[in-house]
Amino acid sequence: MFETALTFNDLLFLAKGAGMTLAVTAVSVAAGTVMGVIFGVIRAQFGPYWSAPLTFVLDIFRSVPLLIQLVLANAFQAIAKFGWEPFTTSCVVLSLYTAAYCTEIVRGGIDAVPMTTRRAARSLGLTWAQDMGYIVAPLATRVSLPAWIGLTLGVMKDSALVLWLGLTELLKSSQILVTRLQEPLFILVICGAIYFLISFPIARYGGYLERRWSPDD
Amino acid sequence: MIEIENLRKSFGPLEVLKGINLTVANGEVVTIIGGSGSGKSTLLACINGLEAINAGSIKIDGVEVHAKATNINKLRQNVGIVFQQWNAFPHLTVLENVMLAPRKVLGMAKLEAEEIATKHLVHVGLGDKIGVYPSRLSGGQQQRMAIARALAMQPKYMLFDEVTSALDPQLVGEVLDTLKMLATEGMTMICVTHEMAFARDVSNRVAFFHQGVVAEIGSAEQIFGSPQNPETQKFLSGIR
Amino acid sequence: MLNYTFHWNQAIKALPQMLEGALVTLEIAILSMAIGLICAIGLVLCRQSGNRILGGFATVWVEVARNTPALFQIYMAHFGLGNFGIHLSPYTALLAGITFNNAGYLAENFRGALKAIPETQPRAARSLGLTSLQAFRYVVVPQMLRVAFLPMTNQMVWAILMTSLGVTVGMNMDLAGVTQELNARSFRTFEFFAFAAVIFYLLTKAVTLAARVIAARLFRY
Repeated sequence: MFETALTFNDLLFLAKGAGMTLAVTAVSVAAGTVMGVIFGVIRAQFGPYWSAPLTFVLDIFRSVPLLIQLVLANAFQAIAKFGWEPFTTSCVVLSLYTAAYCTEIVRGGIDAVPMTTRRAARSLGLTWAQDMGYIVAPLATRVSLPAWIGLTLGVMKDSALVLWLGLTELLKSSQILVTRLQEPLFILVICGAIYFLISFPIARYGGYLERRWSPDD
Repeated sequence: MIEIENLRKSFGPLEVLKGINLTVANGEVVTIIGGSGSGKSTLLACINGLEAINAGSIKIDGVEVHAKATNINKLRQNVGIVFQQWNAFPHLTVLENVMLAPRKVLGMAKLEAEEIATKHLVHVGLGDKIGVYPSRLSGGQQQRMAIARALAMQPKYMLFDEVTSALDPQLVGEVLDTLKMLATEGMTMICVTHEMAFARDVSNRVAFFHQGVVAEIGSAEQIFGSPQNPETQKFLSGIR
Repeated sequence: MLNYTFHWNQAIKALPQMLEGALVTLEIAILSMAIGLICAIGLVLCRQSGNRILGGFATVWVEVARNTPALFQIYMAHFGLGNFGIHLSPYTALLAGITFNNAGYLAENFRGALKAIPETQPRAARSLGLTSLQAFRYVVVPQMLRVAFLPMTNQMVWAILMTSLGVTVGMNMDLAGVTQELNARSFRTFEFFAFAAVIFYLLTKAVTLAARVIAARLFRY
């Protein structure tokens, strides 16, 4: 029937790789989101002119290939003798990368809250912080969530690049198996299927949320 | 000649046209009046095949519109329609809007199509706007462009679906004047309208639609002067 | 502080080589966008056709392109096709992978753009006697391209950034590949890649600016 040299241990090996992918993604998205929220609030609060320096710096992370960012970060930490492991370097770079995109998403969410609503809150005596916490945050989160889900999935897919720094994530694990077993198509299809099975349902859910929460029709 | 026999049309469970019988002779101007939802716009959409029908027949010059063998694109070259919302093509200039169909459907050369388009645009009073994009025109001007666009195909029949209803009051006059001009030139027209004065002045016959059927039809004097059907009387007294 | 002397001279001397690589990068990006665009319109037509096989094929392409890493797609082109006896060069594999990715994302952008065009537009075109295909081509697609223009620009920027993935399959002619070769020979990793980063930044900014100018001229309405 269907001959393959793939063993159960090999599948476990792939699963470990997937675990590494998810670990890098989770850490980076968490750190990146925190930074993104802070920067997003700053951008929304100070407007385009005053936050221009911040925008400029963050824009760099979106205009230089991720692979080059990883190489540069790795080279720099070697020069500066930080002694970072590849995992650390990868997470730092991916976090900043996530933060750059997340800032825009958060800013967009905050801007989507009508000024009239916020003025009403302040007129009732709420402080700026209370306005942000009780009025803006829930509304902005609703608007931003689909885009943030998209960003998370994007980071997960981009995390494949950390193989360049030597981390054995899912794609690298697949490559190792291919070299050993010489069944490139079969193994890559399994690899792709794993990515697909993680990404597709979450993407669909994000799309569903976007439709459900969209104000039209 | 347009012959409509026993036309029935439903949208799902809702029957909108419940057996329409109407014949429009060459050169005639027939106006259709009636309340909202009585099926007037749907009738026009059925005549040029934009909507499918459930029963009955529509024959244009003997050709059954909804027969499978009918070349609907060819048929539409003969039946022009102008919609309430003019539906200008925003990415084309006024001239290009009018030129598109003659070039792509009739296969006209660019220069010839330009000539014809310009002629019709001048005819409706838009001679000085030919290089402009529709977004820069008023509603009335866009509607007149839509009329020129339909006329450029030199159809035998023209359908007008409440073409002034979406216009600011001061722009209605220029469009109605264009329609009057077409009528005096002998175009066969079916107009759905709420403009009673226009209907009275221009029509050969007026049809009153009520609940999906032609409740009453006659000359303009008959319908406006001495309506027989109580529903017609109710409608007209409500309008005044 | 930093016990390291930066040797920028080597990087400066290598600049002409890197700029040549940048041209190759642009070439790949433009080609992948052009072919990807044609494929994307094809995919849109497949989905519009109502034919289940064509529609299914298009959906599979789009969903795979959007739910798997671009690097994976390039790997598939380079390693995966080996099973079928097809051995693509690094250049071709990179181009194929990025094109596949572009087509998928662009098709999805077009789908969203098409939804934004009111049904009344093709209706008006059909009323004038244009066939379905003519209405689509002359009335719907031009308007769709305007709505989709910003996402298309973003995809072009992505394409430029994605070319850097070529180094993983042995590509040495584009900007990242050239930089990597220089790096392997001299180990001045930071200096060379810093220059490459600046060139990439300038490339993407140039593309964004050009797009804005093109949009202003093309969409004057």
